[in-house]
Amino acid sequence: MPSITREEVAHLARLARIELSDEELDHLAPQLDQIIGLVAQVSEVAAEDIPPTSHALPITNVMRQDVNVPCLTPEQALSGAPAAEEQRFRVPRILTEEA
Amino acid sequence: MTVVADVLDLDAALEQFDPVMGLEVHVELNTKSKMFCGCPTEFGAPPNTQTCPVCLGLPGALPVVNVRAVESAIKIGLALNCEIAEWCRFARKNYFYPDMPKNFQTSQYDEPIAFNGWTEVVVDGETYRIEIERAHMEEDTGKSTHVGGATGRIHGASHSLVDYNRAGIPLIEIVTKTIEVPPAKAAAVARAYVSMLRDLLLALDVSDVRMDQGSLRCDANLSLKPRGSSVLGTRTETKNVNSFRSVERAITYEITRQAAVLVAGGKILQETRHWHEDTGITTSGREKSDADDYRYFPEPDLVPVAPSREWVEEIRATLPEAPPVRRARLQTEWGFTDLEMRDVINGGALELILRTVDLGVGAAAAKKWWLGELARAANESGKELGDLGVGPAEVFEVQKLVDSNALNDKLARQVFDGLVKGEGTVAAIIESRGLALVSDDSALSEAVDRAIAANPDVVEKVQSGKPAAAGALIGAVMKDMRGQADAAKVRELVNTKLGI
Amino acid sequence: MSDLTRKTAVELSELMAGGEASSVEITQAHLDRIAAVDTSVHAFLHVDAEGALAQAADVDTRRAAGERLGPLAGVPLALKDVLTQDGVPTTAGSKILEGWKPPYDSTVVKRLKAAGIVILGKTNMDEFAMGSSTENSAYGTTHNPWDLGRIPGGSGGGSSAAISAYEAPLAIGTDTGGSIRQPAAFTGTVGVKPTYGGTSRYGLIALASSLDTPGPCARTTLDAALLHEVIAGYDPMDSTSIDQAVPPVVEAARRGDVSGLRIGVVRELGGEGYQPGVEARFREAVELLTKLGAEVVEVSCPHFQYALPAYYLILPSEASSNLAKFDAMRFGLRVGDDGNNDAEKVMSLTREAGFGDEVKRRIMLGTHALSSGYYDAYYGQAQKVRTLIARDFARAYEQVDVLVSPATPTTAFAIGDRIDDPIAMYKNDLCTIPSNLAGNAAASFPCGLADEDGLPVGFHVMAPVMRDELLYQVGSALETALTEQWGGVLMSKVPELEVTR
Repeated sequence: MPSITREEVAHLARLARIELSDEELDHLAPQLDQIIGLVAQVSEVAAEDIPPTSHALPITNVMRQDVNVPCLTPEQALSGAPAAEEQRFRVPRILTEEA
Repeated sequence: MTVVADVLDLDAALEQFDPVMGLEVHVELNTKSKMFCGCPTEFGAPPNTQTCPVCLGLPGALPVVNVRAVESAIKIGLALNCEIAEWCRFARKNYFYPDMPKNFQTSQYDEPIAFNGWTEVVVDGETYRIEIERAHMEEDTGKSTHVGGATGRIHGASHSLVDYNRAGIPLIEIVTKTIEVPPAKAAAVARAYVSMLRDLLLALDVSDVRMDQGSLRCDANLSLKPRGSSVLGTRTETKNVNSFRSVERAITYEITRQAAVLVAGGKILQETRHWHEDTGITTSGREKSDADDYRYFPEPDLVPVAPSREWVEEIRATLPEAPPVRRARLQTEWGFTDLEMRDVINGGALELILRTVDLGVGAAAAKKWWLGELARAANESGKELGDLGVGPAEVFEVQKLVDSNALNDKLARQVFDGLVKGEGTVAAIIESRGLALVSDDSALSEAVDRAIAANPDVVEKVQSGKPAAAGALIGAVMKDMRGQADAAKVRELVNTKLGI
Repeated sequence: MSDLTRKTAVELSELMAGGEASSVEITQAHLDRIAAVDTSVHAFLHVDAEGALAQAADVDTRRAAGERLGPLAGVPLALKDVLTQDGVPTTAGSKILEGWKPPYDSTVVKRLKAAGIVILGKTNMDEFAMGSSTENSAYGTTHNPWDLGRIPGGSGGGSSAAISAYEAPLAIGTDTGGSIRQPAAFTGTVGVKPTYGGTSRYGLIALASSLDTPGPCARTTLDAALLHEVIAGYDPMDSTSIDQAVPPVVEAARRGDVSGLRIGVVRELGGEGYQPGVEARFREAVELLTKLGAEVVEVSCPHFQYALPAYYLILPSEASSNLAKFDAMRFGLRVGDDGNNDAEKVMSLTREAGFGDEVKRRIMLGTHALSSGYYDAYYGQAQKVRTLIARDFARAYEQVDVLVSPATPTTAFAIGDRIDDPIAMYKNDLCTIPSNLAGNAAASFPCGLADEDGLPVGFHVMAPVMRDELLYQVGSALETALTEQWGGVLMSKVPELEVTR
């Protein structure tokens, strides 16, 4: 009984915006299935009352003052842009209105 | 090609259904720097001149929380009578979109900084209580302009250009619990809520709250409940509601649209809709579905925010007085009747009048202009009163000129017309339109002489015991002077010359 | 002087202080060495000869003008290609960043420059630090100088190999699940993972935000300690950075006295699956430390067996979100922008072309683990296991000062051996992962060669949060004693690399 089906893997690829070919799907899906079998072991541990940990030290309230610091020049900001136009990042047409 | 939906008559709709609303308002804070980096937040700067690795989402960059944004969030929460969290975190809201630098938004999910509050709005003299679900901190996205399509809309565009100056600017999202008020009042209450919120946020000095500049945005959620039923209907979310008036119109429209669907036996789609101010309708946007799983998880690059109770009390002490208390005080100070005050509130003019009065204009004069000429201009142009390009400073200037007889009412109205049309400063408009009152006595005197000479029958009437008839002479002089004369002075001159 | 490349950083510093060598000479010697052997080793993705020599010349000038310089000024260093350096290509081992030049320096680089350290170039790594062999690099694997047919470890194989090949005396790596320590073990060098938050992540291309830690690599303990001191410390640009004094690592490295130190051998990190030669060298090192005055006991950390599954849930989850920014819009590779494809399509085509298999696997795994319906069982549960592991450490540290284990279950395996078996690859990190989950300090020190294959074995030391100096205390003691035994550091036994041209 697989932990995850090929269709589910294809769905994950779509969610992650990765255009997988059929060959890649054939290759990666079984591997993912195996890995999920491994990581599912975490459920063997009884941990209902255990709080989650995200940081080694319980640091809180790290904040900065509301002051301006020098920013990048537009040239620097756009330096890596695959395409630029009118000092903006040029991107391919967007089909849907934002979420 | 958008298909215009059927709508039911509003009254018919309200007879059968109860509107259930939820309002989500996004407030752009007026902090000097962004939510997670020190970039400036000036509106209208040249594109991509206010960015850094953090707000551009470059590999390796990390966020650091802006303390003033947290303070503003707490202020807003307190002003809305919320509980302020003792401990809360940021969370990542993951989705892909070209104006999202990281393709996740650093926001708050199940641990907002403020929650369980309430506020009140007044509509036609009645007070309605609105429960606040939460207020939380998040960041704004970049801005895209769409190139190649019709009127810059997304449809038919060939590509888009993205400016990230706006990315990372702090936003506070305020979410109401469901609002259920007498059906006929629903749309007005929604409008009043947004308007009241705007005044509140202005008074807190946490935002410019300019709906036309996008520093105050409203999404309106609406569903219909069949009268007598307790089963909630399917909800739609309407975006692009860019003015108070739009809030009211959009809610009204959605009520009528949804009612038509339900009455015809159809089902409401759970979707996002787009409001069109020009045509007065909503159109279908994206269907909300499981694809909207944002895979929220606590933001690992930030640590929890745990505002001490001391800090919260310090902030509470800086809050201005509560709106109802303030309204009552101002009404007394200004000497307005209840009706007059109601008009002020309904017209969304309270803050504007207050700031005008603070500059030195009498309350009655301030009200006259804001609820008169300027409200008319707002209505005609479909803009908000505060977005006309005329501010308290201009009103003060014009009233000062009226007080010193450099302008009369009629000319003043023309000055306002010029201001609204963006023709320049008060002085420039007076100059270019030639609006100054003639103050040259000899010119006036000559005009009076001409009027007397041209209207012997009127002169006779006056001199034979009907001083009121002089009105016609005054009218003639005013016409001759193209209205640019102080009517009182003209009357004085006429009376003197006629010996009455 | 060709033997400039055989010197430690400390020795080079002394030569420069004494006027016997200039930074330019030293830098040039290392550039020559890179040119001579890197076609075989392939530790470097980019060599910045011009920049390095300019930095070196600047240090020489300042020294000549009488300026007081830090202990590592003028010493060359290799930088893992996951840290940004303004104007210098940074790829994170991926095609999706081919040609990208960051417009800003990471904090680590800022501190290296301020210390006058000369950055020779960027070293090879598994793509986005995902891997344990450097075979996942989009630019070809790095070869272990001890045996060119073997992997150097990963993800920071390039940095450790560079040191092991005498291409640099110092290197910087980053450790998320063992990516500094495991290559150090495989190459007979020293690799340290400071306490999480002890070194700044600003400018570190993120893999797993709650685990990533930059750290020093060197051939000797003292060299590593000096480098540790340069890069560590609070950074206001990193909200997770610790605002406390840097632990006294240099002092500990100089002292290297373990008498009275309580050492715990972790029962769960050994036994089945561990190469006998590795365990033999490990046990001998433990005995040696006992002779030097340490008290050794066995401790149990029962939840360590869940470290691997918890790690491979937490990391992919955070990484799937961290790597979403690679979308062809603002920087990096763009594929399929033919005027017809829309933005989403271009994103998908680009990520398909730009990411390798392991990256795709982990992104999808992470997307799955964070999905509604799965979050509680996967990511949520893994964060709880993390707490249990941290508690295992806390309990252990009540009994002992440091914990030890072999750094890896085996010695360096052959190139190609595990590349088709992701889970076998993950098991390289069994010993190193627990300290990443708890955020503790940990390090690997060379402790010998395995009998079966004559390949280096690493001795793994774990210390409590912000007690990094204990690592150096142990490492230094071990090093001194073993050097005496061997008549030189372990690295002196490395085979001579054939010099090309």
